[in-house]
Amino acid sequence: MAALGRAALLLAFGLVLYALVAGSYAAWKRRRRLAVSAQNALLAAFPVTLIAAIILLVALGRRDMTFVYVWQHTSHKLPLGYALSAFWGGQEGSLMLWLLVLTGYAGLAVWLNRRSRELVAWTVPVFGLVGVFFAFMLCFVSSPFNVQPGRPDGNGMDPSLQNPYMLAHPPLLYLGYVGLTVPFAFAMGALLSGRTDERWIVATRRWTLAAWTFLGVGQLIGAHWAYVEIGWGGYYAWDPVENAALMPWLAATAFLHSVMIQEKRGMLKVWNMILVALAFNLSLFGTFLTRSGVLNSIHSFAKSSIGGWFLGFLALMIVFSAVLIRWRLPLLRTKTKLESLVSREATFLYNNLLLVALCLTILWGVLYPILSQALRGNERSVSGPYYDFFLHTFGLPLLLLMGIGPLVAWRRASFRSLGKTFVIPFTVAVVTGVVLLALGFGSSWPGLLTYTFSAFVAASIVLEFVRGRAAAGGIFRLIARNRRRYGGYIVHAAVVLLAIGIAGSSAYQTQRERVLRPGQSIEAAGYTLTYTGLRGVKGSDYDGYRTVIAVSGHGERFQLNPGVNNYFIEGPANEASIYHDPRSLGDVFTKASLAGKHTTNIDLQVFVKPLVNLIWVAGFVFVAGALIAMWPDAVEQRRLAARYAAGAAPAGI
Amino acid sequence: MGWALAVAAMLAVVAVVFVARPFLRDPAPASDRLDELAPEARKRLALAEERDRALAALKELEFDHRTGKISDEDYRAQVGPLRRRAAEVLRALDGGEQAPNERLADRGQHVR
Repeated sequence: MAALGRAALLLAFGLVLYALVAGSYAAWKRRRRLAVSAQNALLAAFPVTLIAAIILLVALGRRDMTFVYVWQHTSHKLPLGYALSAFWGGQEGSLMLWLLVLTGYAGLAVWLNRRSRELVAWTVPVFGLVGVFFAFMLCFVSSPFNVQPGRPDGNGMDPSLQNPYMLAHPPLLYLGYVGLTVPFAFAMGALLSGRTDERWIVATRRWTLAAWTFLGVGQLIGAHWAYVEIGWGGYYAWDPVENAALMPWLAATAFLHSVMIQEKRGMLKVWNMILVALAFNLSLFGTFLTRSGVLNSIHSFAKSSIGGWFLGFLALMIVFSAVLIRWRLPLLRTKTKLESLVSREATFLYNNLLLVALCLTILWGVLYPILSQALRGNERSVSGPYYDFFLHTFGLPLLLLMGIGPLVAWRRASFRSLGKTFVIPFTVAVVTGVVLLALGFGSSWPGLLTYTFSAFVAASIVLEFVRGRAAAGGIFRLIARNRRRYGGYIVHAAVVLLAIGIAGSSAYQTQRERVLRPGQSIEAAGYTLTYTGLRGVKGSDYDGYRTVIAVSGHGERFQLNPGVNNYFIEGPANEASIYHDPRSLGDVFTKASLAGKHTTNIDLQVFVKPLVNLIWVAGFVFVAGALIAMWPDAVEQRRLAARYAAGAAPAGI
Repeated sequence: MGWALAVAAMLAVVAVVFVARPFLRDPAPASDRLDELAPEARKRLALAEERDRALAALKELEFDHRTGKISDEDYRAQVGPLRRRAAEVLRALDGGEQAPNERLADRGQHVR
């Protein structure tokens, strides 16, 4: 089995290497059959990698301890679902997931656009280049198919990873990370071929949206997992690994906005290339952070030998994209200029600057401790206040811009028109702010501003739909005529919910901690929590205890049972207990552990988090908006097909 | 080990045949030249993109006007240059076969 897995990976390596070398030569020398042959090699790489992946999954399912990887990440007592999820739980498996998704995406994207031979001929070797790196790592540096004499049992899996969310969170993130390779490969293909028209954007528009959606949903699921499983009372800790997924998402968000300016005005071609390269390189950097062992984080399970290789490849890709953009600068320059600083495209530009600024400050926050350790030998950490400061500095204006942008016309808008369109959202925002201030929400200015700006954005979105419906003659007709715009507004609504949820649960949360004897109580935000007792629990691979906490307040009575699981192999893990209040959309979050070895006293922590559930609701709204935005539009496809047919290159979108 | 090697060899053969397919199917083609957009076609493509942008801009302007984002005065000031630009692009694309205003009127109806 392991030998077949190794052979399949070697074959995949050969195929992507052929796609790189033969593809480059064919594109350079304009050889048609060789170009198609290289394309076929890329297509064949997916089923071959899939065979290797299936072999590893079978080994994980059977808990075949002769596989070093299986032994490192599973145990016989580990439930089957979690054993299979070990596929992406370790370094070698996650590298294979990268290669699997990459070859799948690459094959499909190239196949769908196969008629644009000139562009695809140069795109294939770019996909090949990325594929060669991952296949090389899997074949020669970090193989999941290393074997050993059979051992009785494995090391098991980190208890915090034994959660249903872990079945979805990493694969979704990888679908997003790897998905950003598609716009990158086509963009670089466009530069190499000199096809700097919009063909590459048309070819990758939905791929980018899909990758961005996967990254967004993956992060939200990860945040929910951290909230319910890690048990520290929050959902986002500015952990470098969390930031690793946020950075490419921010860069891709900037690209999704700025690419519209290129499509509508023919501007920002250079900027879009830079953003695509930034998003891709940040996704590589994210994988490097999570898998190289460079960070001491819960996600970075193993220190490994892949770090240097990754860093080298990352440097190569940064230089590669920078040189290509520089080389094709004359082709990318356009004569079109921004007509006014008060226009839709100008607001998109401001949005881009803020998104990239936020992305780069987060990048610096991630890099600084690493560089400090590498250069000075002492590790300096960048903590929450640094990130919070920049989130407020760039995030709040971004939130406000989300409301301003849709109200401003393309090209230029007069202040008189703006005054008319702004009056309702502005009034709603001011009334909201004043009322909240009167109710005592001034205790947190960032919180108050978030609520006020959110009211402004929500009002502007509603206004857009109401006015649009009247102009188009119906809500469905309105959305169908411009899916991207109105899908985008729904995504904006999701961001509003997210912002309100974050502000409520962080700026206005109540936190209490106390050691309690049985019968003692603690008060938090109008709730009384009484510790009434302790009971034991037992599972297939753990035992432990749960505390019994009787809670009353706000007209409700319920029980919470936070405690600890002692996993036989992996050790102890906190088990939080959460009450979701359907009226306030907030939570009462508790965690508890025994205060000592020979006592029934407990250390109880309580967090009352108003509106936190809006964050999870935002996830569903986000997906709905993204699906509407990426839903195919037959009229537009016919128009694009006609456009590229004129250039002898029908659009296979 | 033996069966694994046999399966791997079979897999390799299938992959090689698939990769070599363009050469096997067409061993002596009349032309092996990769399609390339001629300069004229590139120019037409650029014009087609420009045409789509101009027509989309007119459509946006119309919609923004109807939804009240643009006043009548701003609309009148902007619609003229946009129509002229669209007409120029259409004229360049059509090689002057049709009067730009007639074509624009057709497109304009479609836009609305």
